[in-house]
Amino acid sequence: MKFNDLINQTSEWLKGTGAESDIVISSRIRLARNINGLKFVDWSDPETKERVMKISKQAIFSDNYMKDSLYVDMASLSLLNSQFLIERHLISREHAVNTKYKTVFIGNREIVSIMVNEEDHLRLQVIQSGLVLNDAWKIMTSIENSLEKKLKFAYSDEWGYLTACPTNTGTGLRASVMMHLPAIVITSQINNLINDLSKLGLTVRGFFGEGTAAAGNFFQISNQVTMGRGEEEIIDNLTRIIRQIVSQERGSRRFLKVRKKDIIEDKISRACATLEAAHIITSSETIDLLSLVRLGIGLGVVKKLDIHKLNELLMLIQPAHLQKQACVELSSSERDIKRAELIREKLK
Amino acid sequence: MLCEICKKREATVHLTEVINDEVSELHICEECAEAKGAQMQQHFGIADLLSGLVDLPHDMIPKKKRINIKCPSCGMSYNNFKKMGRFGCAGCYEAFKRALYPLFKKIHGVSYRAGKEPKKPSALKPVIIKDVPKPDINKDNLQELKARLAKVIELEEFEEAAVLRDKIRAFEDKRNSPDKLR
Ligand SMILES: [Zn+2]
Ligand SMILES: [Zn+2]
Repeated sequence: MKFNDLINQTSEWLKGTGAESDIVISSRIRLARNINGLKFVDWSDPETKERVMKISKQAIFSDNYMKDSLYVDMASLSLLNSQFLIERHLISREHAVNTKYKTVFIGNREIVSIMVNEEDHLRLQVIQSGLVLNDAWKIMTSIENSLEKKLKFAYSDEWGYLTACPTNTGTGLRASVMMHLPAIVITSQINNLINDLSKLGLTVRGFFGEGTAAAGNFFQISNQVTMGRGEEEIIDNLTRIIRQIVSQERGSRRFLKVRKKDIIEDKISRACATLEAAHIITSSETIDLLSLVRLGIGLGVVKKLDIHKLNELLMLIQPAHLQKQACVELSSSERDIKRAELIREKLK
Repeated sequence: MLCEICKKREATVHLTEVINDEVSELHICEECAEAKGAQMQQHFGIADLLSGLVDLPHDMIPKKKRINIKCPSCGMSYNNFKKMGRFGCAGCYEAFKRALYPLFKKIHGVSYRAGKEPKKPSALKPVIIKDVPKPDINKDNLQELKARLAKVIELEEFEEAAVLRDKIRAFEDKRNSPDKLR
């Protein structure tokens, strides 16, 4: 696979397959690992970073699953291309700055990616469509076990896997689930839900953008602690809670459909109409409107699009994706025009 | 690369700040990192947790008496770790061990691991930290007490430090007030 082939394929996690995929967009597992005996990245010297690059490359390419992965040297990427990888959730924002000695390996269908020399020597990620944390964990353990045969990871019997930041020490595991919760938001239950989740040791964040309010009612829910609980326990616990949120969202959607039919159908139809008619549209307006259309698909009100197509559209309307499709750099106002064009085309 | 602040020493600390999608980078030397510490704290949520660790007694010690533990394998000082909120290497976990129990308790609610372990445990070689001599409170010399306080803080013996701090306060109160009032 070549870098420029990515734009022509849909990331596995957007395909709308897997359990509960009308509400759960994707499940992601991330593991932080460091190679024993080498300084952590932020405190390290160029020679060490180069060594980490070299030995992790050997280990990753000798893994059966990752042997054909796309290898990207971050320093060789244009800003546009690294933004493109961020939008596809293949790298973190942090990985796109200070790019010297940073690399990323992107596996088949973009299910697995491995960042090298991010905050930790290795950051392994598995991301898939729907509520499938257990499947994602299976893929993760098989890759991690195979890397462990080549690399000795920093580990202590007392504290577990040793990471650069003490918030990751232990399992080094962050499991997160991206959810679309429009009905819970419309029925004003979201603040209570977020409160309850934080009491259960879970973090809730907006899915689009970092640290901003949840655009389009897309949320990312993840475990907070990495000590005192094993990986399976963390994953089972999160899955159980996500199932409850899914049924709360379904109940709220039913309520809207039965009790607020006219109001909700009016909102959804107007959203469709705006998207079909607009000639200039920002990404935040688009995300809000697509969120309503997505709800419309779930309620059976919108028929011309399915979840897969809608998820794909959510990705394609983002700045770097628009520019990659256009094959030129576009200013913000040019993007707003291109975006509207793309949406009209896809909604035909 | 030279330090961006003093422009004299080699930059060994590389910081990235992401604020509202604006990314800025800073390459500075260890000395300047120490000096800048206070300003940087606000960008690292973890620093709040860490700064809660060393309590009041620290301020009572004259600056030159504060000894900063350093990780023998990577040179990261405990003070720097507090400011950056990041370990320098796996060895730091051993070097700062005593401070980590309360820290992990704050972050994770517990300070022990669970779950997956490597096939062949790659346990770390322990780094030897000198033992603290148990303070002999009978020898109530103020100078002595303050020196010991510095020592126990350095070794993260915060309970011991609290006892010593109270002793020093009592000692100073006794010395300052009643005589003058008489
Ligand atoms: Zn300097
Ligand atoms: Zn160290």
